[in-house]
Amino acid sequence: MSTLSKRPVNPVVGASEPHESAVGHVTGRALYTDDISTVRRDALVAWPVQSTQAHALITALRTDRALAVPGVVRVLTADDVPGHNDAGIWGDEPLFPTEVMYYGHAICWVLGESTEAARLGAAAVEVEYETLPSVITVSEAIAAGSFQGTPRVSRRGDIDAALSQAAHVFSGEIETSGQEHFYLETHASLAYYDEGDQLYVQCSTQNPSEAQAVVAHVLGLPRNAITVQSLRMGGGFGGKETQPHGLAAVAALGATLTGRPVRLRLNRTQDITITGKRPGFQMTWTAGFNDDGLLVGLKASMTADGGWCLDLMQAVLSRALCHFDNAYWIPAVEVHGRIVKTHKTSQTAFRGFGGPQGVLLIEDVFGKAAPALGIDPAELRRRNFYAPGQATPYGQVVKDAERMPKIWSKLLESCAFERRQNEIAAFNDSHAHVKRGLAITPIKFGISFNASFFNQAGALVLVYQDGSVLINHGGTEMGQGLHTKMIQVAATALGVPRSAVRLAPTRTDKVPNTSATAASTGADLNGAAVKNACDQIRERMAVVASGLLGVNPADVRFSDGAVTGLGAAEQLSFAEVATAAYLQRVQLSAAGYYRTEGLHWDQESWTGSPFSYFAFGAAATEVEVDGFTGAYRTRRVDIVHDVGDSLSPMIDVGQIEGGYVQGAGWLTLEDLRWDTSNGPTRGRLLTQSASTYKIPSFSEMPEEFNVTLFDEAHEEGSIYGSKAVGEPPLMLALSVREALRQAVGGFGPAGHPVTLASPATPEAVFWAVDEARAATQAATTQSAMTPGTTTQGTSTAAAVTTDSEQPPSLTPERSSILANP
Amino acid sequence: MVQTTITVTVDGTSYTDQVEPRMLLVQYLRETLGKTGTLIGCDTSNCGACTVHLDGVSVKSCTMFAVQADGHEVTTIEGIAGADGLHPMQTAFHENHALQCGFCTPGMIMASIDLLRENPNPDEQMIRDGLEGNLCRCTGYQNIVKAVRSAAETEAAKVELGATIPVGQPS
Ligand code: FES
Ligand code: FES
Repeated sequence: MSTLSKRPVNPVVGASEPHESAVGHVTGRALYTDDISTVRRDALVAWPVQSTQAHALITALRTDRALAVPGVVRVLTADDVPGHNDAGIWGDEPLFPTEVMYYGHAICWVLGESTEAARLGAAAVEVEYETLPSVITVSEAIAAGSFQGTPRVSRRGDIDAALSQAAHVFSGEIETSGQEHFYLETHASLAYYDEGDQLYVQCSTQNPSEAQAVVAHVLGLPRNAITVQSLRMGGGFGGKETQPHGLAAVAALGATLTGRPVRLRLNRTQDITITGKRPGFQMTWTAGFNDDGLLVGLKASMTADGGWCLDLMQAVLSRALCHFDNAYWIPAVEVHGRIVKTHKTSQTAFRGFGGPQGVLLIEDVFGKAAPALGIDPAELRRRNFYAPGQATPYGQVVKDAERMPKIWSKLLESCAFERRQNEIAAFNDSHAHVKRGLAITPIKFGISFNASFFNQAGALVLVYQDGSVLINHGGTEMGQGLHTKMIQVAATALGVPRSAVRLAPTRTDKVPNTSATAASTGADLNGAAVKNACDQIRERMAVVASGLLGVNPADVRFSDGAVTGLGAAEQLSFAEVATAAYLQRVQLSAAGYYRTEGLHWDQESWTGSPFSYFAFGAAATEVEVDGFTGAYRTRRVDIVHDVGDSLSPMIDVGQIEGGYVQGAGWLTLEDLRWDTSNGPTRGRLLTQSASTYKIPSFSEMPEEFNVTLFDEAHEEGSIYGSKAVGEPPLMLALSVREALRQAVGGFGPAGHPVTLASPATPEAVFWAVDEARAATQAATTQSAMTPGTTTQGTSTAAAVTTDSEQPPSLTPERSSILANP
Repeated sequence: MVQTTITVTVDGTSYTDQVEPRMLLVQYLRETLGKTGTLIGCDTSNCGACTVHLDGVSVKSCTMFAVQADGHEVTTIEGIAGADGLHPMQTAFHENHALQCGFCTPGMIMASIDLLRENPNPDEQMIRDGLEGNLCRCTGYQNIVKAVRSAAETEAAKVELGATIPVGQPS
């Protein structure tokens, strides 16, 4: 076993510890960025002037009326920028644009003595536009040839041969909606010059180093002049990986120009209309199966809605192109990916980062193909799992592939799948207007940043003479429990109780050049760095203790705050050894560092081994659909998920539950609607507050929810044998979409393939039911006319089934039919 | 601008302040009194992050003007812990990991206390219905329901022993 994954006796990792900030959270004492801002009574407030056009040149920007508003101190415009007027990483995100690229785009920022003054000032800024043509939907962008970034292809084998020889070929189209992060804490920053004239920025960000870099770039300062702290976030989910940094730069610029602290907090509507989201994807696919139900080939294209600038879209697309295989072996593959440019907010990281869209594609294939093949969907999925030794389309052998069928059978058994399937069949037979569905779907998710160089981390660990320990690392806390895990790692590595370890806020002046806390890698990378620092200190302390105990340094043991030697009668406390080390002039602090070895990736050939390992899991979801309205409820969810040897089980289970629910939100509820009309508010986001954008609430909770951690799960070569947990569970929610599809199928004739729009809102489900019923009617009429024919088995290579029809909920005429039944 | 004088008792302390009539209660709590434990999630009375008690009954403080609290008693998340430690609902959220980022937590706890005041022994469904006005983006709600159930059970046990006031009692 590697030294990284091996746990000592009596480890603090593996215990169900409460969240490190739990007491602060339940008492209201845990501070978020804007709480810190309220203490700065002298702070100015920044407020944006937002575009009222989807795409336009700014022909005039007049600020004099704003400056006349009492309490307005300054209006920040492009002329004020001493460095570069750009807030992004590709040079395509002007902080103060001369051409607005989406409805709501921030044009300039007003600084006021109060929120009220800044708001009134912003309303008084006059903007003149020269309207330019805009593209809002993916289809419009494709038609207009509006693309950005580099198209990519994932290829293996001879796809055309595979499809032409396949016994059954199916095809489909699906357009997934985007998703708003809706972290409960909106974006916030506070900037001021501290006592040492260092520019200090407290920012709600998942990537303080990038915030520092962007602020430095905008102000034309070296990075060492700027310190960024991310104390904690009220949720991030990827939405705070790049998006906070332009906002931090605005606050920093304001502080630089006025000499006063500047606070910036977006209200909810500003947050939704200004900042990035999960991109929607338009996908088409053709898949071939043999007579045994084995996939022989997949040809597909994915077009991602990239919004107005590139942001992280190339990386998001990469992840989609590395996850359309999900847990399945597909011998021949050709999948094209491209990014369109639209006049919308940027599109960015969101838990899963393109992975969910890729997984959705292949699950759509199975969901559509199973009834037509006449094979039970659960069985069809299982048959296609990777076997040990098989490689992904990009050539990485699927490590631990045998876990997938193990997890699968464990789940089938624990959720009594077969019995409930029979019960559901009986229920559906006896209920004409209510149908149930039970679906099980797998997840295999690659862990590591696709770009290898991000896979590094640093930490700083300090041991004081009294034996107390202070740790710092480069990861940020957004609720996922990273800090709790890091405290457990440090306590385990040093052999002290959890209570002896304290964690200081994440800051760029403690650990430099950090990667974003993203791609689920937070605990893997930072945990290994923290352990590395602790190991250095412990080894030095072992030498000191060996002298005191009269044993060999290799025989010194640290556990639960006690230091013992094999064969020595005496026992020392950790504090005694720390004091002795100090007196002997032995260093009690260390910088830790870690990089994931063995990763490589060639984006030209789309091959390599980009992932350190894969996380596995499976979920079974049962739903009940009302045939009159399309309304549904989730009756039960069962999950078995692989987190390796859990560092902190209570936190991991929480991540799984929360991830599933967030995924279910994306797939069933959350419906971003943009004004696609040619009216004056074209391009405006119509769902711009919590009253119109529906995230899961208590009422959508599954009636029963069982989560089990897979137990034969040790991950060799990862921090204390654990695995990442942040993103993979989100995709377990595909099971609710597939359960809905099956329930809808109950309204149709046997073998009827159900097309389901995404999100599968009650409205979308209603139209799918409507279609299924129509198929039943047609089948009845047909069989009355020609006895003996059946609708099954019509899908062959010769007779390709297509459904080029628009997903129902996207068709406006149909929406109006629903509104006026 | 026109200012009005209000006198409000917040977490047991009486405050008299000049406020603009249009100032929201949540702004008054956060900006004037520095009670930042009460948070703003949505600004539009959908999320419940700003929930406090007005005379013992939960209200969304972004949906009320500060002047409407004049002469009333407001309790925030910062005022519910007793001298002997956390309020039982706080303990329950802590122990059941009913929080991740914690941003919904103060409002969730305030709403849950009020829920138990109205119904000291709710079943799971009643808890779900009762907390419907509070959103959490992180937890998936499972542990929140568990926490409220466990607070109710703990208190029921204590009441049986005649030891303390029910958890729903405004403090
Ligand atoms: S901030 Fe008051 S309900 Fe959301
Ligand atoms: S814990 Fe983050 S919103 Fe509830």
